[in-house]
Amino acid sequence: MSASSLSACPACVAAPSAEAIAGARAEKASGIVLSLPTAHCAACISDVERELMRVPGVRSARVNLTLKRVSVEAGPEATPALLVERLGRIGYEAHELDPGLLSVTETDRRGRDLLMRLGVAGFAMMNVMLLSVAVWSGAEAATRDLFHWISAAIALPTLVFAGQPFFSSAWASLKARRLGMDVPISLALILSSAISLYETIEGGEHAYFDAAVSLCFFLLAGRYLDYRSRAAARSAAEELAALEVPRAVRIGADGDETVAIADLRAGELVRVKPGARMPVDGIVTEGASEIDRSLLTGETLPVRVSHGTAVSAGEVNLTGPLVVRVTAAGKDSSLHRMADLVAVAESARNRYTSLADRMARGYSPSVHILALASFIGWMIQSGGDVRLAVNVASAVLIITCPCALALAVPAVVTAASGRLFRRGLLIKDGTALERLAEVDTVVFDKTGTLTMGTPRPVALEQHAEADLRLAAALASGSAHPLSASLSSALAELGIAAAEVADLREVPGEGMEATFAGRRVRLGRADWTGAEARDATATYLDAGDGKPARAFVFADRLRPGAAAAVAALKAGGKRVVLLSGDSAAPVEDMARTLGIEEWRAMVRPEEKAAHVAALTAAGARVLMVGDGLNDTAALAGAHVSISPASALDAARVASDIVLLGQDLLPIADAARLAVTARRRIKQNFALSLAYNVVAVPIALAGLATPLIAALAMSTSSITVSLNALRLR
Amino acid sequence: MEMLVYLIPASLFLGGVGLLAFLWALRSRQFEDPEGDGQRFLSDDWDKRPKP
Repeated sequence: MSASSLSACPACVAAPSAEAIAGARAEKASGIVLSLPTAHCAACISDVERELMRVPGVRSARVNLTLKRVSVEAGPEATPALLVERLGRIGYEAHELDPGLLSVTETDRRGRDLLMRLGVAGFAMMNVMLLSVAVWSGAEAATRDLFHWISAAIALPTLVFAGQPFFSSAWASLKARRLGMDVPISLALILSSAISLYETIEGGEHAYFDAAVSLCFFLLAGRYLDYRSRAAARSAAEELAALEVPRAVRIGADGDETVAIADLRAGELVRVKPGARMPVDGIVTEGASEIDRSLLTGETLPVRVSHGTAVSAGEVNLTGPLVVRVTAAGKDSSLHRMADLVAVAESARNRYTSLADRMARGYSPSVHILALASFIGWMIQSGGDVRLAVNVASAVLIITCPCALALAVPAVVTAASGRLFRRGLLIKDGTALERLAEVDTVVFDKTGTLTMGTPRPVALEQHAEADLRLAAALASGSAHPLSASLSSALAELGIAAAEVADLREVPGEGMEATFAGRRVRLGRADWTGAEARDATATYLDAGDGKPARAFVFADRLRPGAAAAVAALKAGGKRVVLLSGDSAAPVEDMARTLGIEEWRAMVRPEEKAAHVAALTAAGARVLMVGDGLNDTAALAGAHVSISPASALDAARVASDIVLLGQDLLPIADAARLAVTARRRIKQNFALSLAYNVVAVPIALAGLATPLIAALAMSTSSITVSLNALRLR
Repeated sequence: MEMLVYLIPASLFLGGVGLLAFLWALRSRQFEDPEGDGQRFLSDDWDKRPKP
């Protein structure tokens, strides 16, 4: 990202490897950490802390608004699930984070180290600049020498201390026989302080202590900003990895115990409660239920499972409790095999070279050549005056030093990602913004991305009131997502439940009760004697001899979905909808949102192939998806976004994660990315313009320390201000 | 010009105090949550009595 750290790949830093995650998970965690994506104000802090302190067992709770997290110290009676529920009740979305994964200490220490060097350099710069003002305004003889000596006493120790990051990285790149950006920087720092010290001893007129120290300060500022945005990306990645705390209930010799998924072995039995996600691949040995495969296939219709059915990790158990015999856990499970697909697709994308890299590739050698040329030129011109030639060469090095260039990208990226974070978007990869700016085609997944993934009953008014009242009574007794949704929709309509007796749930089938002496049922088609429809539905058998009535469900649109699609289209982007779901709901969705191009029943490989075909046709694709079936397409696209509710494989594969439920920030991000790229280019142009003016002066041997200091500070400050204009 | 003998050390000393204050703030982790600290100032939760 910054011109001075070219070799590092931000993705490698941001996305922790699977091994690292597994290793960290093994560590024992202390305290509870919750992520609070919607917290943003003083009232939020008080609300959250007050509410948490009311929970019995909580000893302390402290919100960190910068990271949007709250850390809680609590006894065993306050479980994370309880805290999340309490916060949900007062209107704050919260997710549990795995504190073992949030190992911030190391990155923390490095950040504070850089900040300390920056502070020392800033202090030295102020003092040396003040002393220099006296020299520039015409101090002479003994006074000038005294001021030079004091400057040297401040500047030299400062450079030794504050310049270390540059010296060590320059040394490392020299050992690897490369010329990174840090080599000319270190050369400029060492050469200018050496020649200034020599001039001071000789009682000469010009010393570059002020320029050397301010050079160091501005470069450190760029380095610190760069570090900050990388650290934010890294902590975001850690946060995402930590979002899903992987536990399973194992049926052991002495009863049920909750264990980490990593500890499960093939052949063991696990219990999966209704509403929970399958922790492993396995075979059902006990119980009957329905499972939701939409995260894996995009299909919204629940699938029936019973004894002997194979299930895979990531599917959601809907109705009844299941006992599953583990066939593959952790790295061997189908979820992880999918992640391998992602790795292949990602290697193709890592070939992207950022703007800063392209800039630095030409810049670094030309700096050396210019300085060397001016040294040789002045040696010939002056007939072998080494002192003069070294003076000119170091002035050239100082002026060409990529100070503003080092600030150009980090300042913009920091400003932009800060702004996007406030709108609920986490930028995981440093170059994601640049790539997002190039996008001209947006591919959406349907289930879970454009929709909430939670079905709502439709056309309830078509049913007779007696049926609705009966349905309300039956649905109220079950925690099945369809029942819960039906029950709340009916309550909203003001339908009172009928009086029924013997209400009971038949796992995997539905609800059954006695109403006016008749047996009534609400549940699966074949169980209620109805003909199954080509849609998500539940069926009511009123026991009156008439055929069962179907309650059809449709998925709800995510808030902001229509607005986001409209804004993207208004921005001149081609919008495509690819879904694994059947044709009817996909066409319906496409029509509602005004998307002309859509394809249904798309298999995961086909999604990736479609994205690849678009790319081959010259389009730059932004893929927005959440499921396992989108993962390969996410990784293969030019840039990708997934919602926080996505499977963790999908989140790992994507560059940007949407923290809230609203989709509108995607359109904002696309717009902001274009502006950010324009700012980066402007910044390059600005810093080059300064060089174009100042380098000839330096080559002509006319650059005084005053000119060097002015050129450097004004260019750095204009570049930073330009970055802050970003809206 | 003799005043410089006093003024320069004095200004360096004052600058040094500023630097030490910054290093202290850094070490006592006051830069962990700049946004939250800015907002916490506005809350009136413990205005009447100190936080227990």
